[in-house]
Amino acid sequence: MEFNLHKNGMELVYRRPATLTETPMHYCPGCSHGVVHRLLMEVIEEMDIQAQTVGVAPVGCSVFAYNYMNVDMQGAAHGRATAVATGIKRMLPHRYVFSYQGDGDLAAIGTAETIHTVNRGENILIVFINNAIYGMTGGQMAPTTLLGMVTSTTPGGREASVMGHPLKITELVAQLPGAAFVTRQAVHTPNAVRKTKKTLRAALEYQRVQLGTCFVEVVSNCPSGWKMTPLEANEWMENNMFPVYPLGDLKVPSVRQL
Amino acid sequence: MQNPEQPRLMRGNEALAEAAIRAGLQGYFGYPITPQSEILEYLVAELPKRGGVVLQAESELAAINMVYGASGAGGRVMTSSSSPGISLMQEGLSYMASAELPCLVVNINRGGPGLGTIQPAQGDYFQATKGGGHGDYRLIVLAPSSVQEMADFVVEGFRLAEKYRNPAMILADGALGQMMEKVVLPPEGVLPKTEKPWATTGKPEWRERNIITSLFIQPEKMEEVNLRLQKKYHELQHEVRYETIGVEDAEVLIVAFGLTARIAQKAIELARAKDIRAGLIRPITLYPFPYQAIAHWAHTVFSVLVVELNAGQMVEDVRLAVNGRRPVTFKGRMGGIIITPEEILQEVEEQAEHYRLVRV
Repeated sequence: MEFNLHKNGMELVYRRPATLTETPMHYCPGCSHGVVHRLLMEVIEEMDIQAQTVGVAPVGCSVFAYNYMNVDMQGAAHGRATAVATGIKRMLPHRYVFSYQGDGDLAAIGTAETIHTVNRGENILIVFINNAIYGMTGGQMAPTTLLGMVTSTTPGGREASVMGHPLKITELVAQLPGAAFVTRQAVHTPNAVRKTKKTLRAALEYQRVQLGTCFVEVVSNCPSGWKMTPLEANEWMENNMFPVYPLGDLKVPSVRQL
Repeated sequence: MQNPEQPRLMRGNEALAEAAIRAGLQGYFGYPITPQSEILEYLVAELPKRGGVVLQAESELAAINMVYGASGAGGRVMTSSSSPGISLMQEGLSYMASAELPCLVVNINRGGPGLGTIQPAQGDYFQATKGGGHGDYRLIVLAPSSVQEMADFVVEGFRLAEKYRNPAMILADGALGQMMEKVVLPPEGVLPKTEKPWATTGKPEWRERNIITSLFIQPEKMEEVNLRLQKKYHELQHEVRYETIGVEDAEVLIVAFGLTARIAQKAIELARAKDIRAGLIRPITLYPFPYQAIAHWAHTVFSVLVVELNAGQMVEDVRLAVNGRRPVTFKGRMGGIIITPEEILQEVEEQAEHYRLVRV
């Protein structure tokens, strides 16, 4: 971001991008959503594509994403965000289209849409917030909930014999030829925040040249759902989530594609 | 391309698909199901050549949500399916009605419930006319009874859907979809483009962002949205359409829609040859429903006979219209069996005999 000289002669080092509205976010203290919203909107401002961008909000904690993101947006039915995004992109192939979804929306009720959208190689960006829990409905088990993890619907911890294993949908979609760029990031440290922003920028640049579906998972915390302080949640995430959901690129475009 | 004025012989599903292209269809999203797959197949072959988008979705769930997205992006869009597939689309239609997104949905009704049969039926009347999904909403429902109307009602469906920003449905059946008849297709460009300032096409600096949603978490706001929808459905009542045949001197009034109305027409001829004066009201819009017309003409007959290819669904609306002033009887066939003119004639004869006796 460019540094501007403020009226009082002091240097402005941090400001709200014009692509974020002034509406205060409803997210819990310490939650990753606010950071990822901001990063995505910063990238859209920096690329100067606000007028060419259409977003899709899911059902889940980020159901109100359109209250904060200052771009044209549609709210989708639970799990159907990438089908809605497909409809938008097919009508407006030269617009930047993204969906922003949680783990319940994308990897449980919306699994079929997720797989088939990526398999078609829709030229959209899918932002996937994985906090291993249903936050909005009060902390129930998600498809990505870790084994042994206590939620309101796995009070004794998730057991593989009853509820199966954490679904690594990012690894699944990385197998599909339609996926151009698949990566897993986090926003728990300044360095991680910078890296996530870089991947979001790359994903939208790839969309410009129509490489296929770009899929950015952000392993996230949920202090309220996990019943931890924000700091504890970030530590728990590093110690427990990252071993199951290791950070890094799963698939990058080949030099030939670029 | 043939002169649009020239009649040609076409299958119902194909006439509908071709008429949709001429009505300016920009996007079709659908999933194969008998007996309507010809619509998808025809459009896959024709629409991309003529500037539109066709996508075979992974499910009817995905298809209706692609329609949601594409309609929200400002497109003139449609989907088609048959009964089980239409059931899967109900959630999406509820969202579209709430978000006030126009689209055209074609239901080539087959016998149910469940996976049912692939033969013609009218068992989806309740689902089509009473909302179908969750919450207080209605679809605009048109019921063609010929291949010509399969083509004409596509144009009308898009026109009404865009005028009222509400999903419209063509409720036909397997027979209308599959049969071949003479049809004069509408000319290209028959329907002008509609301005859609609410569409999500990218926010320029000069306007606020457009948001398409059906989430109104504050009860007061949600009630406001409901009141707006109800006002729209009230205004829709002016769009009611129906056809009458031989009602002026009728003793027995038949009420039937779609394919059944054509069979009833034949039964009326047979009845009149036997000196029984039967007449027909054919609701063309099933929502809005022609309550007033039915109430008016029921007043002039001895009895009302409702004929449907189901266990008795529209008959409930006819009874509401007649409001107890005349007896209303019902004859239906189910399971994909098409009723014959003779079966209807027999009912008409029984009614006539009974009420002539009563009158004496």
